[in-house]
Amino acid sequence: MLARQSPLNAPDRELHRFRFRVALAGFAVTAAFVLLIARFVHLQVVQHDYYTTRAEDNRISLVPIVPNRGVIVDRHGTVLARNYSAFTLEITPSKVDDLDATIEGLGTVIEVLPKDRKRFRRLLEESKTFESLPIRSRLSEEEVARFAANRYRFPGVEVKARLFRQYPLGPIASHAIGYISRINKRDLEVIEESEATANYKGTDHIGKTGLEQRYEFQLHGETGYEQVEIDAGGRAIRNLSRTAPVQGNNLTLTLDTRLQEMAEKAFGDRRGALVAIEPSTGGILALVSTPTFDPNLFIDGIRTDDWDLLNNSPDKPLLNRALNGAYPPGSTFKPFMALAALETGKRTPGQAISDPGFFNFGGHQFRDDKKGGHGSVDMYKSIVHSCDTYYYMLANDMGIDSIARFMGQLGFGQRTGVDIDGESEGVLPSPEWKKRRFRRPEQQKWFAGETISIGIGQGYNAYTPIQLAQATAAVANNGVMFRPHLVKYITDSRTGEQTMIEPEPLRILPWKRQNVETIKNAMIGVNTQGTGARAFAGAGYVSAGKTGTAQVFSLKGAEYRSSSVKKELRDHALFIAFAPADQPRIALAVLVENGGFGAQSAAPIARMVFDYYLLGKLPKGAAHEDEVEGD
Amino acid sequence: MLQQFLQRAWVRLVEHVDGPLLLVTGLIMAIGLSTVYSATYDANNRALAQSLNMAVGLCAMWVVAQFPPQKLMRFGVPLYILGVILLVLVFLFGVKVNGARRWLSLGFTRIQPSEVLKIAVPLMLAWYFHKHEAMLRFRHYAVACLLLLVPFVLIAKQPDLGTAILVGAAGFYVIFFAGLPWQVIAGLGAAAAAAAPFAWTMLHDYQRKRILTLIDPSSDPLGAGYHIIQSTIAIGSGGSFGKGWLEGTQTHLEFIPERHTDFIFAVFSEERGLLGNTILVLLYLLLIARGLMIAANASTLFARIMAGSVTLSLFTYVFVNMGMVSGILPVVGVPLPFMSYGGTALVTLSIGIGILMSIQTHRMLVRK
Repeated sequence: MLARQSPLNAPDRELHRFRFRVALAGFAVTAAFVLLIARFVHLQVVQHDYYTTRAEDNRISLVPIVPNRGVIVDRHGTVLARNYSAFTLEITPSKVDDLDATIEGLGTVIEVLPKDRKRFRRLLEESKTFESLPIRSRLSEEEVARFAANRYRFPGVEVKARLFRQYPLGPIASHAIGYISRINKRDLEVIEESEATANYKGTDHIGKTGLEQRYEFQLHGETGYEQVEIDAGGRAIRNLSRTAPVQGNNLTLTLDTRLQEMAEKAFGDRRGALVAIEPSTGGILALVSTPTFDPNLFIDGIRTDDWDLLNNSPDKPLLNRALNGAYPPGSTFKPFMALAALETGKRTPGQAISDPGFFNFGGHQFRDDKKGGHGSVDMYKSIVHSCDTYYYMLANDMGIDSIARFMGQLGFGQRTGVDIDGESEGVLPSPEWKKRRFRRPEQQKWFAGETISIGIGQGYNAYTPIQLAQATAAVANNGVMFRPHLVKYITDSRTGEQTMIEPEPLRILPWKRQNVETIKNAMIGVNTQGTGARAFAGAGYVSAGKTGTAQVFSLKGAEYRSSSVKKELRDHALFIAFAPADQPRIALAVLVENGGFGAQSAAPIARMVFDYYLLGKLPKGAAHEDEVEGD
Repeated sequence: MLQQFLQRAWVRLVEHVDGPLLLVTGLIMAIGLSTVYSATYDANNRALAQSLNMAVGLCAMWVVAQFPPQKLMRFGVPLYILGVILLVLVFLFGVKVNGARRWLSLGFTRIQPSEVLKIAVPLMLAWYFHKHEAMLRFRHYAVACLLLLVPFVLIAKQPDLGTAILVGAAGFYVIFFAGLPWQVIAGLGAAAAAAAPFAWTMLHDYQRKRILTLIDPSSDPLGAGYHIIQSTIAIGSGGSFGKGWLEGTQTHLEFIPERHTDFIFAVFSEERGLLGNTILVLLYLLLIARGLMIAANASTLFARIMAGSVTLSLFTYVFVNMGMVSGILPVVGVPLPFMSYGGTALVTLSIGIGILMSIQTHRMLVRK
């Protein structure tokens, strides 16, 4: 083909061919430019909005402004949880080239302890890189000045004023208030489920236990935002706009801090729990679980040694015994049994039994505390002197189903619904419960013999102190039961509006007034002439109570002698009471772990609480242990 | 007397200047200068340096335009030989910068020999075809292809895909305008398509990555895709009329990489919008149209194919650069003519315009 192009081709023909190619090139160039213009139209007209948004997203960063957390005060306005501003030294890891060298260098200017470093390392692992993380908190004025003078040496390190949570009363009421601590992965899941993720941008801390946890979303407030223009390197250029945060709502509690403090002191170094309730509302006046702990330790990540101390202590200070400890109620169960007997018609007040000191059932002898028995025992005497035989017989007569039905009505074996998360259910024994509880068929069967010890609050019975307090308050309030609660009202930080936590009657138990009066009367007898008489001698008010002792250790056949048993195995002491008996203003349940007889160690605590609450009398130090015999 | 002297001096000055080429080039340079100013005024303003570059470029353009095409032709062989020798030296002793061996150290400065080839290759090939005018055989095309392939491979191996494409294109345009038969072009096209999978394996990892990110920039938003994503955001957010001079957020908050050099079009596009883009494209189109017109009217084979090659090379610069910045072509290092900051490219391109002026203004003389 090329051969055909002879050298004799006319130059014109060649020129013609060249010009054709030039025209072709011109056409191709035009087509290519049209393609480019089409691309520009697509980007700049069709997708303009999309790319504008992308450019704005590039440019504008929303910086969250964390709101102030709501404050918690008691019923008299005493502050239990508040915020204070302090200087922290913070490092933004993404802006620092050599983190170790920076921390090392900071150490020469300001004291940085190994624990600070450890905490920083831990936070570094959990955090997003552009966050600034505290290396030291609570700087003194002098330290701030010293750092300011050396600032130029530490790019990416800043002193920031931050708000810290503080529990000014330290360990007092710590089980009720709980604490906040740094948000972890599990908390993030909770936040996500609550669709509160946006509101928690910038928030480091969250309520972990107690009221801080339950009312987290009330206390947190609404996060504000600052629109900041940033460059490609992430540096802030200027502020564009600001939406102010809304402070969290404040909580006002039903709790009486002085009463709480006094009650905690009354326990001394003994382990135990106390729940005091206002019977007419269900408002909790005191919620004690001893030993307590200092919630301030947790706020910025608890130090390992502090944690070990709390977590490994045999006294389990972190356990909220009032809500999570389940104990046999012992003889404090008897007034409720007696009421059940009256309501079901199994007994009349005057109906007496003859107590030989034991009750035989199915070849087993159930013994009474008192050798030789109490003689002729009617209902009044059975409560005042805590006669076991009376209740062995009663339980046998009533049967387990009837007992379980009545006690269930009183809230035993159910969560009370108090406004703290994680409350335990306890155990209300019944054949159904046993079926659920055990796997093997031979264990699932309910034996009639098991009903007998239920009557005196032993056996499978296991209730939380708050259940016991709630039931006591229900009796004091003639069967009108309230859900126990700690928060009286929530104050909206924006409007100042107070939302009362209305006392909601859980249920109104249709008890005959005379039956309730019979029980109350017997309980008054306990404190005047019975097992509680010594503790309440000379009280300036009429109170009603019942002592109890819960067996920790089953002594088969052998007689129980507290002195011969190791302290951890000694019985738990219990006491329930309310006062004034005619117009109850306070009802409570006290438990002293391994305290021995209820009358001996639990009742004096109740006396001190009543004296203070009703008369304003302050005791001196811890409650003494009365030397009493019997229960 | 003086008036006469001035008149003669003026005539001497403008004698070999092509008015339309100078006007359009000047307009584009002015736009380029204002864009370089916007891209760099936040820190380290390059506008003054760029205006100096432009002055040097204009001088080079004027000087080249003074040479008649026959004289320019003579530079072909020596320049080509020099260029290829330098490329071989680069291959052997070149300085490695960022993983690419493109520079030759002269002790006091470094030079990039591949730039010379952008002019030397078309000059050489045009001279070659001119020498064998009217008796072109298949072997002539084959030799020309070989002459092109040597520097092309040396540059591509450096690796410098952008320059290799420009040199290869310039050479190809010469061969094309010299009358490479369509059958051969079709054959080459088919062969290229067949070799594409093989070529894919020959590409460097980073080059492959660039092609892949073109298909899906979001696959690597902070790595190779970042350039394309940020420049398309800049263009798209510019809208119909742009955000205004010095107002581009993508530019001034430093989201656009290489914003005063290869990606300067993103800056322009963000601040001037579709309207500015269209005007700029039209200016380039005018420049190219003038170049093709000069080629069509040129009087010798050398002049014709040289003018055609220079003009289409200019188009290649524009299209590859705009296509890359707007995300329809992979990222290769090709500047936007008379817009991008940088003296070397500016001088090379100015020499190209100077060659066109020479061809246009010496036409009559030749005819005489």
